[in-house]
Amino acid sequence: MCGIAGLIHKKAGGANIGQEMTDMLQALKHRGPDSTGYALYGSPISNYIMRINLAEQADTKKGFDVASQLQTRNDQVDARMAELGANIAKKENSTAYALRYEVAFDGDLKNLIDYIEDIEGVEVMSCGNGLELIKDLGDAAVVSAQYGINSFQGSHAIGHTRMATESDVDIRSAHPYWAYPFADVSVVHNGQLTNYWTNRRALERLGNRFNSNCDSELIAVYIANRISEGDDLEKAMRRSVEDLDGVFTYLVATSDSLGMAKDVMAAKPMVIYESDDFIALASEEVSIRKIFDHDIDTFDPYEGEVRVWQL
Amino acid sequence: MATVSTSGQSHDMGLHTEKLTNRTQQRFFDAGESANLTYAWAPVVDTNKVGTLDCEGMDATAINIRIRELMDQGCGTIDLSNPGSMHGLCVGILSRLQLNVTGSLGYFGCGLIDGPNVHISGRVGWSCGENMMAGTIVVEKNAGSTFGAAIRGGDLVCRGNVGSRTGIDQKGGTIIVGGKTGAFTGFMMQRGRMIILGDAGINLGDSMYDGTIYVGGKIEGLGVDAVPADLNDLDRKWLKSKLDLYGMEAPNGIDNIQKIVAGKQLWNYDNLEPSEKKLVL
Repeated sequence: MCGIAGLIHKKAGGANIGQEMTDMLQALKHRGPDSTGYALYGSPISNYIMRINLAEQADTKKGFDVASQLQTRNDQVDARMAELGANIAKKENSTAYALRYEVAFDGDLKNLIDYIEDIEGVEVMSCGNGLELIKDLGDAAVVSAQYGINSFQGSHAIGHTRMATESDVDIRSAHPYWAYPFADVSVVHNGQLTNYWTNRRALERLGNRFNSNCDSELIAVYIANRISEGDDLEKAMRRSVEDLDGVFTYLVATSDSLGMAKDVMAAKPMVIYESDDFIALASEEVSIRKIFDHDIDTFDPYEGEVRVWQL
Repeated sequence: MATVSTSGQSHDMGLHTEKLTNRTQQRFFDAGESANLTYAWAPVVDTNKVGTLDCEGMDATAINIRIRELMDQGCGTIDLSNPGSMHGLCVGILSRLQLNVTGSLGYFGCGLIDGPNVHISGRVGWSCGENMMAGTIVVEKNAGSTFGAAIRGGDLVCRGNVGSRTGIDQKGGTIIVGGKTGAFTGFMMQRGRMIILGDAGINLGDSMYDGTIYVGGKIEGLGVDAVPADLNDLDRKWLKSKLDLYGMEAPNGIDNIQKIVAGKQLWNYDNLEPSEKKLVL
C-alpha cells in the first residue's frame, strides 16, 4: 500500500521539517510499517552532502568480523574520494553502516559516485548541496530516533512509509530514491508500475544504473533521464504520466521545488493542503492534520494531474 | 418526493427498474414515523436530548462504541468533535439519529448507515457513505474518491469537490456534488441518481447499467455505454426539489443540466455464457 508525504515552506528560514515529516509519516504507519525514508532539504552548502551506506542493515547482523568488513569498506570509500580529488570536510555516522559526508569536489560527480559504488556492498544513497536522504527499516519513530532527524531545520521534504509488495524488505528497496546522478533530486512513490521492465531495459540501454528491483526506483531514474534530455521538472513529470503505466502517485523534490503527479486512473490517493507560504501533501489527510492545531481545508488532485511548487 | 414516487414516473426519468418507494427512499426520520422505519431493537432516542463526544485521544473503535452508548442513553442528537480525519468513524448506525460532526473524517466515514442524518463541517476521505442504505449525509467541504460507493439509498451530499469514481457501483439513492468530480464517476452505476453541479472528469458513467447522472458543468468525456438523454419536465422538477432541499443551485441553471443515462448496448442479460451454450447444444 505505502504512504507518501511532502511539505514545502515557502517563507525564508524554513522550519523543523524533521519533526513535521516524522509526525506525518508516523500517522501513515498503517499504510506501511516495513521501512521509512526521508528526503530532507536543509540550507544549501557549498560542499556536497553524500549519504553512503556500507551495507544492508540485515547484513550487519550476521557473519563473522562484520565490524572489520565495514571498516574496510569505509576506508576504501575515503581512499577513492581522495584518489579523485574529493576533500572530506566532515564525516559522521548515525549507524555502523550509514555514513554522512560533506565533500569539497569540483570534478565529475557521476564518475566519483560510480567509483565509490564500485566497492562491493557500498551504495551512495544521495548527493546534493542541501539534500539529506535517510532511509531504514522500521517506522518513522524508529528511524527518526536512529538518525536524529527530529531537529532537522529546512525548507522542504518528502517521505515514505513502505509496505513491501514488489521487492524485498531492505534499505535498498526503501524510498525515497535519489535521481542519480542529479544532485538534490529525490522521489517517493505509492503504487505499482506495470511497464517497469520495458522502461528499465530502455533506460539501462541509455546507461542509467539501477540499484534495486523496486519499481519506484524507475521513476527516479526516468525523471533523471528526462532532465538530462533537457526537460524541466514539470515537463518531465507530465511526460511520465503518459509513459509510465500502472497506478501511481509520486512526489519529486529538487533543491528548490516540490512536485506531485497522479496517474490517469487516479487510483492512488493524495490529499493536498495549500496556502500562500506552506504546502503539505500526503496519502491521507490524517497525516497532514498531525502538523496543524487548527482546522484546515484540503482537496484531492485529479486524474493525470501534475503540480509543482517552487520555494 | 410524492410526485416521483411511482414506477411509471421513474421510467419517464430514464430508470427502468427502480421503484421509488419503501425504506431506502426515506430521507428523514422523526419520532412520529411508523415502526417499519426502525429496527425492532433500535434504541429509543429523543432528538431533543443532546449528547457530546470529544474524540481527542480516542481510537475509531472507542468512538463508534461511544456513539452507540449515547444512543442507548436516549440521545437522538450527538455533537461529535475532534475526529481528526480518523478512518472508519460513525459507521454502521442503523437507526435514527442527528449526528453533527465538527471537523473532518478519513476513509470509510459513515459507511453502512441506515437512517441517521449526518452533518460534517469539514471534509471526508475516500469512500464516505459506502453502502449507505438510508438517511442523509451532508459534507460541507471536499470529499475524496469513491464518494458514495455502492450506496443503496438516502441522500449523500458534498458541497465541495470530490475525487474520482464517485458513486461507483451505485445501487440507489441520490448523490449530490456541489463542485467538480473526477474520472470514472458513476462507473458501473446500477440505479439511483447523481447530480454533479460542476464539471465531470473522463469516462463519466462508464459501463453504467442504469440510473441517471445529471451534470451542470462540462463533461470531459463519456465512458462506454453512457449516452446523453433529453431533460424532461419531470427531471427539472425533481432536480429543483432536490437541490432546494439542500439550498444548492445549478451554476448555469437547471435547464442547462446535461442528463446521462445507460445506452444499454452492453446489456447481455439474456445471452448465454459460452459454457451454457455448450449445455444447450
